[in-house]
Amino acid sequence: AAMELPPSSYPASRAASLVAGYACYRRGGPGRGLALRAVRRAAIQDIDDVGHKYHLELVLEDMLDKDSTVNCTAEVLYHLGNKNIAPDVQFTIEGELKNTDEADNVFYKRIKSLEKELVAENIPDSHGNVSPEMEPIRLLAWVASGYVIWQNSTENTNFRLAQIKHVKQVKRSDEYLEFDYMILLHEMVSQEIIPWQMTVLWHPQHGVQVTQDSRQPKHASE
Amino acid sequence: HQVLRIVPTNDEELQKVQELQDLEELQLDFWLSPRGPGYAVDVRVPFPSLQPLKAHLEANGISYSIMIEDVQALVDHERMEMLRSRRQLPLSTSTFDYATYHSLDEIYAFMDLLVAENPNLVSKLEIGRSTENRPLYVLKFSKGGTNRPAIWIDTGIHSREWVTQASGVWFAKKIVLDHESDQGLASILDRMDIFLEIVTNPDGFVFTQTQNRMWRKTRSKRSGSVCVGVDPNRNWDAGFGGPGASGNPCSETYHGPYANSEPEVKAIVDFVNNHGNIKAFVSIHSYSQLLLYPYGYTSTPAPDQHELHQISEKAVAALSSLYGTKYKYGSIITTIYQASGGTIDWTYDQGIKYSFTFELRDTGRYGFLLPAKQIVPTAEETWLALKVIMLHARDHLY
Repeated sequence: AAMELPPSSYPASRAASLVAGYACYRRGGPGRGLALRAVRRAAIQDIDDVGHKYHLELVLEDMLDKDSTVNCTAEVLYHLGNKNIAPDVQFTIEGELKNTDEADNVFYKRIKSLEKELVAENIPDSHGNVSPEMEPIRLLAWVASGYVIWQNSTENTNFRLAQIKHVKQVKRSDEYLEFDYMILLHEMVSQEIIPWQMTVLWHPQHGVQVTQDSRQPKHASE
Repeated sequence: HQVLRIVPTNDEELQKVQELQDLEELQLDFWLSPRGPGYAVDVRVPFPSLQPLKAHLEANGISYSIMIEDVQALVDHERMEMLRSRRQLPLSTSTFDYATYHSLDEIYAFMDLLVAENPNLVSKLEIGRSTENRPLYVLKFSKGGTNRPAIWIDTGIHSREWVTQASGVWFAKKIVLDHESDQGLASILDRMDIFLEIVTNPDGFVFTQTQNRMWRKTRSKRSGSVCVGVDPNRNWDAGFGGPGASGNPCSETYHGPYANSEPEVKAIVDFVNNHGNIKAFVSIHSYSQLLLYPYGYTSTPAPDQHELHQISEKAVAALSSLYGTKYKYGSIITTIYQASGGTIDWTYDQGIKYSFTFELRDTGRYGFLLPAKQIVPTAEETWLALKVIMLHARDHLY
């Protein structure tokens, strides 16, 4: 039997946050990022010998257009015991997400036609600035980080992408765009800032893929 | 000139890079010196040495990347920017730019200006010194009396939460601007004093500006660990050392060797104890858009939970009324996590009933790196919530 949770309680927030990251990964791209706007309802179910299952009703917002929101229902199953298995996430989005074909193609052509590989650092910078040319790069990182976050989430974590420390384009002979990112994840329960490397592939018709990712050691530059 | 980044991957490569330091004729300027395999080495290379250096690196299979293509271009740009924004210390609090982030020196200069401009309302107190011996300043806003019941507000206890110090600066100016014209604020100051500590963790703040933007803790060093700093919001004597804080000095939530070990915390504890008449205590953090009340260290509800919850509801509604910013509210332990040794748990257990913590904008889109243009809107909406709390305290003095 599922037990109702107050939407503002942290177990609900953490599960909701995970869903948003996962949904963003599945449906996002350089022209569209999804973020959690609100938790409408939450319930938790204890499944013997399996784990905890959350039932959620959420509102997601389009990061490039705050007025554009969609309703989302989701289920998250955190597996008991073995912390190396990613949670199972199922979600349904009600309604249509904005079409981003045009913006995607503009970005795709722009990067494909660069003579020198794109390289950038500190997005946003210390003061929160992101230059317009870097917005799609930033959104792409946000989307890809949804995958890394999903793979590493437990009921005791709540991740956010804090900053892109470094991004480097990797030229490919095929039609995909490839970027090598070094990001900082903020884990809000432990308050740790965790450097993470991820290799991200994208194509307008094929969506976002994280082909490689690895947690990095915290530098002794503290 | 270019700046190259070289990352030696093993000891052999490291040695080859270290040898470069001895080649004086290349006139290499190391911005980051060789430290060990895996650590970046940044070096500024004058034009004539570029070719030979790159050839040398390539011959030895040492990979490098060009970090800065043209140093002169950057320098020229920066000079232009500096002339444009004229980063001299402002001459008055009316010309101070509230919509940008400032250095510690600029904030401390602002405080002195504010006091000089309003000597009958504002005074500056030094309540202690940080680990690195920086003064800890509190602004006192008072219309008179002796040891009136008081409200305490602090910002910047976690140094990376930049919107909080910036909001603190704005609050200070706001109090001065409105202390006669705004009925609510005027009536508060008729009966109570307001204490505002804007940079509660100055060592950490300077560190975020010079070395690591994501630094949270103090900068205290202790023998026995290479790691630096204590989480000042786990260092208070309320459930100290219990679950919800870490005993590992390298952790972001390290509680410290004992309660009040951090001078930044001790200074406030001593101030509160010596004052003896503080009725409301608000500690401001970012991010998450939450208004929280005790407890964090225990799931036992605070005896005044009902009243605190009602005040929170009103405060959050007032905050939202300005720009629609949505906040959640509740006790620390049910809303974010169990946390021991926290500020407002201690102040509440000292008898300061109206103890609250804010987590300001945003919810993670920018997180700690909140764009400067959101500083003023954040401060404006938060001020409305603060007024609800202060007015309630004024009307329910105990």
